[in-house]
Amino acid sequence: MTHAWIMAGVTFREAARKKILWMALAAGVAFLLLFSLGLHFQMESFEDNHVRGFVRRQAVSGILMMGFYAIDSLVVVMTVLASVDTLSGEIASGAIQAIATKPVSRWEVLAGKWLGFSFMLSLYIALMVIGIDTLAHFITGVAARHILRGFGLIWMESMLLLSVTFFFGTWFSTLTNGVLTLGLHGLAFLGGWLEQAGALTHTPKAVDVGIVASILMPSESLWRRAVFEMQSPLTTALNFSPFSGASVPSPLMIGYAALYLVLFFFLAIQRLEKRDL
Amino acid sequence: MGVVSSSIRDQEAETLQPEPLPTVPRTELAISARRLRKVFEDKIAVRGLTLDVRRGEVFGFLGPNGAGKSTSVKMLLDLVKPSSGDAEVLGRPIGDLQAKARIGFLPEHFRFYDWLTATELLRLHGRLYDIPPEALRHRVPTMLETVGLSPHSKKQLRHFSKGMLQRIGLAQSLINEPDLLFLDEPTSGLDPVGRRLVRDIIKSERERGATVFLNSHLLSEVEVTCDRVAFIKAGEVIEIRDMNSFAEGRNGIRARVTGISEDVLLGLHAFASSVLCDSELLTMNLNGPELAPRVLRYLVEHGVEVFEFTPVRLSLEDRFLEILGADHGL
Repeated sequence: MTHAWIMAGVTFREAARKKILWMALAAGVAFLLLFSLGLHFQMESFEDNHVRGFVRRQAVSGILMMGFYAIDSLVVVMTVLASVDTLSGEIASGAIQAIATKPVSRWEVLAGKWLGFSFMLSLYIALMVIGIDTLAHFITGVAARHILRGFGLIWMESMLLLSVTFFFGTWFSTLTNGVLTLGLHGLAFLGGWLEQAGALTHTPKAVDVGIVASILMPSESLWRRAVFEMQSPLTTALNFSPFSGASVPSPLMIGYAALYLVLFFFLAIQRLEKRDL
Repeated sequence: MGVVSSSIRDQEAETLQPEPLPTVPRTELAISARRLRKVFEDKIAVRGLTLDVRRGEVFGFLGPNGAGKSTSVKMLLDLVKPSSGDAEVLGRPIGDLQAKARIGFLPEHFRFYDWLTATELLRLHGRLYDIPPEALRHRVPTMLETVGLSPHSKKQLRHFSKGMLQRIGLAQSLINEPDLLFLDEPTSGLDPVGRRLVRDIIKSERERGATVFLNSHLLSEVEVTCDRVAFIKAGEVIEIRDMNSFAEGRNGIRARVTGISEDVLLGLHAFASSVLCDSELLTMNLNGPELAPRVLRYLVEHGVEVFEFTPVRLSLEDRFLEILGADHGL
């Protein structure tokens, strides 16, 4: 396992040295500043228009959820783009040969890289999720209902996508890997909205399509569960936010997503162990 | 893994004959491969690699491009999984971590994280070999000096030339003072000074007692450095020879003759392993140096006019071309 930690350290340092980490953090801070500024002006507008406390709280809650949604999208893109080249690129260039011929198991190489990216992404998600919630609370007095649950679910979504990217990275070229992973997430995204729309319009078949999409790729389910955990039930009921609670992924689906994450991680290890480098 | 077509299997059946048992005890072998084979979909990359490499020797692996040299090396290093066959490296099965700890490897085109400096790269590889940090503090600068990169120790690899990358690759392959060193086309991208450096390193590794497996298609490189050489063609070892047999042997004949008939040419095969007559030029590889006078007598007695008759040294290149065919790209 020592070698896995060495690889994790190298992967994290690579992200820092290649400025991926710093650029992501800078973009994240810029996003948080922009969001704070927008929220501040919105609060001023509420003051000027004498919007009452109850409505104001629900509106701010809706805006906060949209902020979380933007963060979730950034996390998805960041996860896939940062890690898409790590295995397929090194296999294609032959760089992995110099490591694989050392007294290091292939699983340690993969697990180490996964840990390195996981650490970097965890920092990023923590900064963004906790940051936006703290800022919103400071500016408006409104915060997410269960922020740690929300953070955990968004983190899990990122780790799931990381495992899927690693898995495809052991099979395909960098470009194909990116297209496949983002394509699958796109499918889940569409399925999620279809499921919501189906639930609102009482169309069971549309709900079924969404569930099937979630089974194929449960990443979007994690986000929808995160919204459910963070958004107040009243905001959901009053439709102050675009995120409906009409069809909330069950704990069983979250368990399935966790299993999916672990399965893809081990499938990636299994594939790397067997393939030619 | 692809499916092997029946025609390939037929070819295999013809070529895979039982191999003789090793004459050297296995404990004295750095590499022992038995019928290692690799099939990529419908292409046989290595047909059946069988060879023994003794500990402490510099072993050359010669063959034209596409002969299966790199795939063979990669199988021995567990980078490519064999389709069949088995091998032991340093007395352990392929891929064994204990054996890997005693192996150094320079890939044909060394590539690594280009954001690392030369020092960082060697430290990283040293750590992967579990070399203690105190030992690395001394060994890394020594290695950089050995490969002539001391002035570039703090430079990132992205600023390195192809030759410099090859040199740092060589340094990482030596960082663990390996018992077995695999060099895959080590002089690729190197200038004459760099090539000399590789030769010197191979020499010093041999003096240290390490085994060197040199994969190359540069005959001059092999001729100067190796103790034994294997010729590989179309994924199969054709011949393994002691390099002394080239140095001592003067088994070739080059003659200028006229009036030589087909029957006389056929008769010459009794003296030689190969006979080639192109216009007036007769070239032969004799079965022994003592046969040269008898060949001359045979030619004269059969009415052949001999204008020139010169015993020549059969070089590695001659043997290479003879075995592999002159039409193969070197």
